[in-house]
Amino acid sequence: MLTMASAVALPQFASAESVLRIGMTAADIPRTLGQPDQGFEGNRFTGLTMYDGLTMWDLSSATKASVVIPGLATEWKVDDSDKTKWVFKLRPGVTFHDGSKFNADAVVWNVDKVLNKDAPQYDPSQVGVTASRMPTLVSAKKIDDMTVELTTKEPDSFLPINLTNLFIASPTKWQALYDKADGADAKAKSQAAWTAFSKDASGTGPWKMSKFMPRERLELVKNDKYWDKARVPHVDRMVLLPMPEASARTAALLSGQVDWVEAPAPDAVKEIEARGFKIEKNEQPHVWPWQFSRIEGSPWNDIRVRKAANLCIDRDGLRDGLLAGLMVPATGTFEPGHPWRGHPTFQIKYDLPAAQKLMKEAGYGPDKKLSVKVQTSASGSGQMLPLPMNEYLQQALAECYFDVKLDVIEWNTLFTNWRRGAKDPSANGANATNVTYAAMDPFFALVRFLQSSMAPPVSNNWGYINNPKFDELVKKARTSFNDKERDAALAELNAASIDDAAFLYVAHDVGPRALSPKVKGFVQPKSWFVDFSPVSMAP
Amino acid sequence: MFIYIARRIVYVIPIVLSVALVCFMLVHITPGDPLVAILPADASQELAAQLRAAYGFDRPLPVQFWLWLWKAMHGDLGNSIATGRPVLTEVMRAVGNTVTLAIAASIIGFSLGLMFGLLSGYFRDSWIDKVSTSIAIAGVSVPHYWLGMVLVIIFSVELNWLPAVGAGPGGSGQWGWDWQHIKYLVLPAITTSVIPMGIVTRTVRALTGDILSQDFVEALRAKGLRETYVFRHVIKNAAPTAMAVMGLQLGYMLGGSILIETVFSWPGSGLLLNSAIFQRDLPLLQGTILVLALFFVFLNLVVDIAQASIDPRIKRA
Repeated sequence: MLTMASAVALPQFASAESVLRIGMTAADIPRTLGQPDQGFEGNRFTGLTMYDGLTMWDLSSATKASVVIPGLATEWKVDDSDKTKWVFKLRPGVTFHDGSKFNADAVVWNVDKVLNKDAPQYDPSQVGVTASRMPTLVSAKKIDDMTVELTTKEPDSFLPINLTNLFIASPTKWQALYDKADGADAKAKSQAAWTAFSKDASGTGPWKMSKFMPRERLELVKNDKYWDKARVPHVDRMVLLPMPEASARTAALLSGQVDWVEAPAPDAVKEIEARGFKIEKNEQPHVWPWQFSRIEGSPWNDIRVRKAANLCIDRDGLRDGLLAGLMVPATGTFEPGHPWRGHPTFQIKYDLPAAQKLMKEAGYGPDKKLSVKVQTSASGSGQMLPLPMNEYLQQALAECYFDVKLDVIEWNTLFTNWRRGAKDPSANGANATNVTYAAMDPFFALVRFLQSSMAPPVSNNWGYINNPKFDELVKKARTSFNDKERDAALAELNAASIDDAAFLYVAHDVGPRALSPKVKGFVQPKSWFVDFSPVSMAP
Repeated sequence: MFIYIARRIVYVIPIVLSVALVCFMLVHITPGDPLVAILPADASQELAAQLRAAYGFDRPLPVQFWLWLWKAMHGDLGNSIATGRPVLTEVMRAVGNTVTLAIAASIIGFSLGLMFGLLSGYFRDSWIDKVSTSIAIAGVSVPHYWLGMVLVIIFSVELNWLPAVGAGPGGSGQWGWDWQHIKYLVLPAITTSVIPMGIVTRTVRALTGDILSQDFVEALRAKGLRETYVFRHVIKNAAPTAMAVMGLQLGYMLGGSILIETVFSWPGSGLLLNSAIFQRDLPLLQGTILVLALFFVFLNLVVDIAQASIDPRIKRA
């Protein structure tokens, strides 16, 4: 009897498919054609899953900062005589999901898709989300089948880190689609080929595209033939569902419709935990700041005022109260333990008497308040809870003789104004702006804000910071081609920016996600990204 | 009747052109960068200019409008900046989902609205009238996204009877009128139906009361006709106005409710608009608004013609 029961049950058990269903915060499935949109959520779900880069993030640790490791390249080296040339050795034996081989031609083809306007596969829609994430890369050249040379327009030791943003798509698959595509000219055929590719994508990643319904769902199945056997997924299928509304995501999780939701609403955390679900969180390379204007006449030009503001905020109170634990107090762009933290002498903490003393030294007091205006938004990607958080700061800073006025504008407009800078009329007289930023790589985290040449219209030095020491340290970091030396220079730069109280550092997001108790093996790294491969589903 | 229909169609042409112009201009006069969806925060001016030229945003507005209108007239609403997919395909798929939702909500809203309206009108000032009127007022007053959340908490989270979000079990894109699909429709349809239900109830109540007080009803009753016959007359007289109200409400529903579709992650035109606004995807935003506006104009045309066919006085006017 038992044997018969086993005979019936065993095949069913063996064939039972394990499925992980995830509710994303995105309103649509991020682009699937190789260079995702929707910021790092796009990279998390449709970049790092289906594709690999030459270099990748190590997402295996919850306690150590995520660092860059070999991906489709096994090693790389800058040319000793010409620091703008890099040689990347490629990983042998890697195949795309369509069965074609990964090689140097594929790398050159993928660089050309975003940098070479004359290439048939050049796609303007992929340029924006890629080119600025590897701003110095200009070209790629095949040396041999498994070796490729990349050239930067100036010596740039950040290149291997930036290359985590270039996802390698299959040229063979694209070419087949191009050959079949309709179109009046090569440009139209190329566009049609990319549209077709996005519906039937092919990369080298641990997950393969299975079913795609725009705006409704993307289904991925595990790639049994993935080159890194340790990262072959533990579940058979992963279903990604766009759910832009936090309450809807929470309801979907609590009703068992999904197993995992990104960013539950802070006020739902207690309820979620009370029902036996897990909240996973970890400090992210993300900063929620006020970026100060340093143009002539700005009150923030006085370092005592900048330091006072940084000492006036009870960040622990903000975390435990308003944010329900879903933040890490910021004491700089990087926190202790990160290789780029350094040793700042100015300690950012809550010290009200010290803050008040600094303000009095600067000439302000209860009867003479300093009026400051900050532009912020009511919502936006990475902004956490911008209005309540700014109101919290408004009240906190009032204790230190600041009179804070909030200029609340729509998120995309704030974002656009960010590029225009503090001198532009769009700043509306604000002497600080509240735009959150990712701190994954040195350029995004430090250089674009601190280097004087990054002032508008070039990049995001919104406040026109012009500090020769910062410029010197940026140059030092960029031209240090030994990893340890580069990290040391970056740490020096970060420490210098904290000592200068360059920003009002407030919080780091923790990338909260709520998981069903059935989800096992998940590691939340100190990163925007996660590795879905080790995740399994309990029956 | 033919002349009336032809005249109404001719009237529609300038309306459609005006709608197209407004759609085009609305999204261009708002602040912010049209390429924000694909342009990263630290994009250089050079890169921004390069992409602006690639998408044609560097051309003068009248030229952009003419090119856009010419293509639109040929069924090409361009491609979404964010996804690269054809806008028309995106919009039609979303509208299809919204139509499904609107049909379900109409059936619920109009049935309940008619029932409550007639009951209220017939039994004016009775407890039936008070209950029906209270339901109608609640229907138009309660924030529907709040009602949606309450329904989800009760029926999805607590009772686990119905799905909380989504539009179907497998994401096949093919809607089926079976329980596997309908169960996804129940909560958003009920939530969407409350406003038309309230409006139809109040309209029909007022009409019924008005008609019942008219002399011809007294005359019918004086002739000794049965109440069901009188009722048929009431319905016939109330129908044109009720139909106009229904048509307008259907138009609003086809426009999609951003809030309801977002709460339920229902992939209709409301959610599409939300996404287009959030990503500042200009071609998608323009295309969605245009298609929805045309739907609205078309529905009004149909309602006008239907009204005229029922009530010849309208045609003469």
